[in-house]
Amino acid sequence: MLLGMVPAVSAQTADVQALRQEIEQLRKEFEAIQQEYTDRLNALEASLAASVPAPAPAGADGSLPVYSGATATSKIFNPDIGVIGNFISASGESRGGSESIAPLPFATLQETELSLQAIVDPYARADFFLALGEEGIEVEEGYVTFPTLPGGLLVKVGKFRANLGRLNAFHNHSLPWIDRPLVMFNLLGGSPLEPDTGIKDAGVSVSRLIPAGNLFLEATGEVFRGESGAVFEPSRRSDVSAVGRLRAYADFTEDTNIEIGGSYARGHNGSGVIDDVDVGRFTTDLWAADATVRWRPLRQTAYRSFVGRSEFVWSRRDQPGGLQSAFGYYLSGEYQLARRWFIGGRYDWSERADDATARDWGNSAVLTFWPSEFTQIRGQYRRTRYGDDRRMANELLLQALFTIGAHGAHPF
Amino acid sequence: MSKKLSVLAAVVVACVVGTTAHAQGTLRVVTSTEDLASIAREVGGDRVDVTALARGYQDPHFVDPKPSFILAVNRADLYIAVGRDLELGWLPPLITSSRNANVQPGASGYLDVSRNVRILEIPTGQITRAMGDVHPLGNPHYWLDPGNGRLIAAAIRDKLSELSPADAAAFAERYDDFDRRLLAAEARWDSVMAPHRGTKLVTYHRSWPNFMEHFGLEVMGYVEPKPGIPPSPLHTLQLIEEMKREAVGLIVVEPYFSLRTPEAIVNQLTGGRVLVLAPSVGGVDEVTDYIELFDYNVDLLAEALQESAGR
Repeated sequence: MLLGMVPAVSAQTADVQALRQEIEQLRKEFEAIQQEYTDRLNALEASLAASVPAPAPAGADGSLPVYSGATATSKIFNPDIGVIGNFISASGESRGGSESIAPLPFATLQETELSLQAIVDPYARADFFLALGEEGIEVEEGYVTFPTLPGGLLVKVGKFRANLGRLNAFHNHSLPWIDRPLVMFNLLGGSPLEPDTGIKDAGVSVSRLIPAGNLFLEATGEVFRGESGAVFEPSRRSDVSAVGRLRAYADFTEDTNIEIGGSYARGHNGSGVIDDVDVGRFTTDLWAADATVRWRPLRQTAYRSFVGRSEFVWSRRDQPGGLQSAFGYYLSGEYQLARRWFIGGRYDWSERADDATARDWGNSAVLTFWPSEFTQIRGQYRRTRYGDDRRMANELLLQALFTIGAHGAHPF
Repeated sequence: MSKKLSVLAAVVVACVVGTTAHAQGTLRVVTSTEDLASIAREVGGDRVDVTALARGYQDPHFVDPKPSFILAVNRADLYIAVGRDLELGWLPPLITSSRNANVQPGASGYLDVSRNVRILEIPTGQITRAMGDVHPLGNPHYWLDPGNGRLIAAAIRDKLSELSPADAAAFAERYDDFDRRLLAAEARWDSVMAPHRGTKLVTYHRSWPNFMEHFGLEVMGYVEPKPGIPPSPLHTLQLIEEMKREAVGLIVVEPYFSLRTPEAIVNQLTGGRVLVLAPSVGGVDEVTDYIELFDYNVDLLAEALQESAGR
């Protein structure tokens, strides 16, 4: 029995030895691999170190200057940035027409709007709209809004488009036409040569909702420096202009709604200035009424809609020859034919603020194609009769609007 | 001039008088969509008064920011948003114009329920608008997964409890009840859809990834060539070829899209079918709450898949 165990023990010893050899072999292999990877890692670190630029020169005392924390260099707090290009081409027989009111050349990048928008802090948000023309930059709007004030007040401070009527607050690229209605040139623009018409000025706006059950009623009061195109021109610091507006909105059905507004503005005009002295101290009063009717069936919001708009403006302008009472209005409609196609028309009629005997009128037909939410291609046929010397202008305007970057909400 | 200014000031002061009165005891909740409104009602019960802005049969990307919505948001104690940029084109002006400090982003009365749910299709790498109207923060139609519905309900429960701590126990109880009913319903939906796992279909817009993932269905193509871009003839032809090759006959369409192209496509296929499903509560009249939304879609889809499988 004892003899019988000897071969078994020697066999076990042989097994243990074989195992030891195997482990030793594995250990050597492992060390070799470890060495190889250590070498490769060192080589990699060395090559990385070689490609890293040298540190910035230290300050005089050897310490690096610290400007800000990590977030200051990141994009996290950058405002939303958007750019909208507005290319316009004009052609047609004008017989002087397009040379007299908002003249348009054959082709122009009329305006590039750069928008910068962000929440400032828990109490405010800021919006900047810079109009980059081919020849210069203008702050079209730049204001801070305080939406969290007590008393339900919404306050805006900065430079912005006034709440006079409906269209005045619209940016050019948000309009359903290529141009603005004649009444805006004649009574709200003040300058026939200025394509970007309307009252926009530096000041303060305060608005509040007025409780009226389910009727939306909003009152807005604005005070400005009093300098806007040729409508308002101050000659003293106290020559501020004021704008007030009352706006009501109601839903007829979930698809149809109406919005009406009444506005008033008053400010100084520059017609009394002789040799840099304001001897006349003349003022201009503006009254405006606007109505917008919208139809957009909710079950096919992408395919069908209609918007009808109208604004009436009365201007009472004191000037050296006496009071000029001028009136103007437009009527327009846009109908959405298909997901990407809109057709529209507009009728314009307006006297001129400084010469109410000159009456201009015109008709426009507009066709708009939206390849996507970010581009619009628009054609507009415009026929205008200029009242000062009974000239007639027939023009074809073409527009390409294109948006890159942040694309905020469309105005309602 | 100073007389005019004092008149103006008087108007402003007159406006300040008479702030809106809040009903005692109930929280006024305004939600972006009817889905969130339904879940808020499940959790809040009669302790909340809920209003949804967008209708269920309306494309939630394109909602007009009507002034009447400003009135609703103005009176809200809590605003519940879908988030992930779904409301980018209409909610920011409503919130700013609401004159309601409680519901401004970052305030305690603003809840974005997309924070803790399962979001699909978050783009990786560089994205541009050449890809169409892509959502950089991922697909915002996430409520179409019952699992996410549960997470939304939990977020609403927590927020309501924070705003009205005295009712926390009631909200917790209602949440538990909703959770139980949702679990039971999920088991039913899963068993109805189980035979169809792995089936391929086509949808109009990318509204359904969470829904399809939950039920194991595979979306092999879209009627839109790119998100938000209307169907083009070339893409439609390619889609028809692909559907023929893969023997796919079903197109799921949201109720607010035109049926013309989907119907033209299925006419080219043998046994093809267009199915209008409800992407939201209220998408069709009979769907009045979150659980009914899945009841309706699951039954309709299972029936259509059954039919095409038997053909």
